[in-house]
Amino acid sequence: MPIRMTLLAVTAGLALVAGLGSAYADDKAAAAVASDENGKYADKDGNPTFKIKEDGTVDWYTYSGFRRFNSDCFVCHGADGAGSSFAPALADSLKTMSYADFLSTVAEGRKNLKNGNDKVMPAFGNNKNVYCYMDDLYVYLRARAVGDLPRGRPAKHEDKPPAAKEAEASCMGG
Amino acid sequence: MRVHKNLIGIALATTAMTFSLAGGALANDDLQGLISDSKNWAIQTGDYANTRYSKLNKITADNVKNLQVAWTFSTGVLRGHEGGPLIVGDVMYVHAPYPNTVFALDLNNDGKILWKYEPKQDANVIPIMCCDTVNRGVAYGDGKIFLYQADTTLVALDAKTGKPVWSVKNAEASDGSKGESGTSAPMVVKDKVIVGISGGEFGVRGALTAYDMKDGKQAWRAWSMGSDKETLIDPEKTTQLGKPVGKDSGTNTWEGDQWKTGGGTTWGWYSYDPKLNLIYYGTGNPSTWNPSQRPGDNKWSMTIMARDADTGMAKWLYQMTPHDEWDYDGINEMILADGIEVGGKPRDVLVHFDRNGFAYTMDRATGELLVAKKYDPAVNWATEVDMDKDSKTYGRPKVVDKYSTQAQGEDVNTTGICPAALGTKDQQPAAYSPKTKLFYVPTNHVCMDYEPYKVSYTAGQPYVGATLSMYPAPNSHGGMGNFIAWDAAKGEIVWSKPEQFSVWSGALATDGDVVFYGTLEGYLKAVDKDGKELYKFKTPSGIIGNVTTYEHKGKQYVAVLSGVGGWAGIGLAAGLTKPNEGLGAVGGYAALSDYTALGGQLTVFAVPE
Repeated sequence: MPIRMTLLAVTAGLALVAGLGSAYADDKAAAAVASDENGKYADKDGNPTFKIKEDGTVDWYTYSGFRRFNSDCFVCHGADGAGSSFAPALADSLKTMSYADFLSTVAEGRKNLKNGNDKVMPAFGNNKNVYCYMDDLYVYLRARAVGDLPRGRPAKHEDKPPAAKEAEASCMGG
Repeated sequence: MRVHKNLIGIALATTAMTFSLAGGALANDDLQGLISDSKNWAIQTGDYANTRYSKLNKITADNVKNLQVAWTFSTGVLRGHEGGPLIVGDVMYVHAPYPNTVFALDLNNDGKILWKYEPKQDANVIPIMCCDTVNRGVAYGDGKIFLYQADTTLVALDAKTGKPVWSVKNAEASDGSKGESGTSAPMVVKDKVIVGISGGEFGVRGALTAYDMKDGKQAWRAWSMGSDKETLIDPEKTTQLGKPVGKDSGTNTWEGDQWKTGGGTTWGWYSYDPKLNLIYYGTGNPSTWNPSQRPGDNKWSMTIMARDADTGMAKWLYQMTPHDEWDYDGINEMILADGIEVGGKPRDVLVHFDRNGFAYTMDRATGELLVAKKYDPAVNWATEVDMDKDSKTYGRPKVVDKYSTQAQGEDVNTTGICPAALGTKDQQPAAYSPKTKLFYVPTNHVCMDYEPYKVSYTAGQPYVGATLSMYPAPNSHGGMGNFIAWDAAKGEIVWSKPEQFSVWSGALATDGDVVFYGTLEGYLKAVDKDGKELYKFKTPSGIIGNVTTYEHKGKQYVAVLSGVGGWAGIGLAAGLTKPNEGLGAVGGYAALSDYTALGGQLTVFAVPE
């Protein structure tokens, strides 16, 4: 299962760095598209990013992330990453969360046990419905956080690239 | 697949069940006496019939305007507070969501804490509770307090000391690894404690289980799906709408092994008719939320169940929403009302306000369907329930293709479906006044877009498979809730009071001609029998708990838990999408977080001398 292995390797390698608490800030400039690989966009550091055209058309992965988020994630984190009474608003969190932090948190979960308000995020590292769409989720939330993507379903999106179809089939099927 | 094999193992291991004989009912007589005395509130639902009606009448439609806060109590927990306190004699029992603290408070001593119990639980159950770490309250019986923990431990505490007497794990795993959790309130019936299970969004197969009140030994378990032996269905004698259900209905309405992760959880309220010796409850949604992935009627998800209290055997069943396509769990309470005149004849009925937006009136002895009508005019996924007894689709909803997520198909966003997955009403229980013969119902007025897609099952992981967005019902008053009065004989709304947010609090009706409910902004409200608002007071946090009343030293009190959260806290805390849709009479829609914040507190009200 190559995708998952890569993911875990990345998270294991970068979790240490994340733990040091270096302040991270994302913004629209940092998220600007620097490269395009078959409809999947990356910023200048090679991290996945969103592309929103003037007419509001979003890239496939942003759209796919919207769909996945408002299913498995919204039951805690609220519709469109707007937060709930017991889980943070990821449309805010992603302003200060790096790609590596995002991957490790989703894969391994997180515990924040405070008396009277224990918060626990589960590890999704073995859930295909989530880890096969990790980049989609990241790109979508990044667009919500720093890309001015409004709440709700993106009205227009680019076609599903053949590469996305292949990756999905191999990840979900494997 | 490895996962499925494991599940088969579980299923086989738990089929061994014992059928205890009727008897040992003494403890129940005692409880029945406590329930009948309106000074107490000895059962979460007010009485076995789930009427949430009190004969107390010192607080009246005339003097309720003078209501004041008598005393308050913080639970120390900041999550969603559902259910309510029990009052037995001079002691009040207050519970909290995870970590499921229980307090016994001395009513003779300004609520001094007599004892406190806090179980140790694996924190990994927190994230598998789909919609907040709620708990709907404790049960009393035989000098014990029964607490059903988030990790599905059922523990019996000595009501005098708070010391555990016995405990039993209801689920296969208590660390959340199978997605099972406990949120519902147990019910004590005769010599047994009845508990359900939560986890429909995790592919948990639901069951209702009875434990011996004395020692926690399992008496029976009725699975929602599976073989006839597991579901405690007699293919010849168990009926649906008057006809025997036939062999293996709990497996042959599913494709292959899908029933093993089939959902049909049992996290709502239970009622009991002592004369018929039947327990009534409803089952939840089939898993996953993607209907195309699970062909068939998916029995017995979405079903009203009537079971023998001693053996668990099903007397009759009625599946309201075969092959669910919208997450319309059937778990809402079954209210038992006597002498309701349907077609000119008094009937002893069961009335159920389903998530699917239809209110059902049924003969509770036979399961005959008498009335099925929409209790919110916005409901559009079905035109009606087929009431023609000669029709092949008798008792089934007539689904509108435009709003059918099955007909529209996978990866298609079906829009404008009413109600939303929250249902026209969720678990927040309605009240019934035998005086007015009306039902007082807290409702949601929310619609949705729903796009199903393919998902794979992993034990202990969400098994959802649909993208949702929810918004206030279009072309209406702009609010997301109504508090309504319902005539269950005619199937008609008598009056409807718009609310800005969903009404997520259980109602209370009293002989003093006052009806109480709470709102998500945090108001406790009192209305008269015509829905006119008589009183409101803003408590420290949004109310998703149920209003209760009791009498102590000659004075009537009203009590309610505040503490916003639950499904409401997810959907509404940050506001729904399409915020500008349907602005109107109630005022513009805005985020609940602009009105209230977290906090678990009990507020007790009284009318001053």
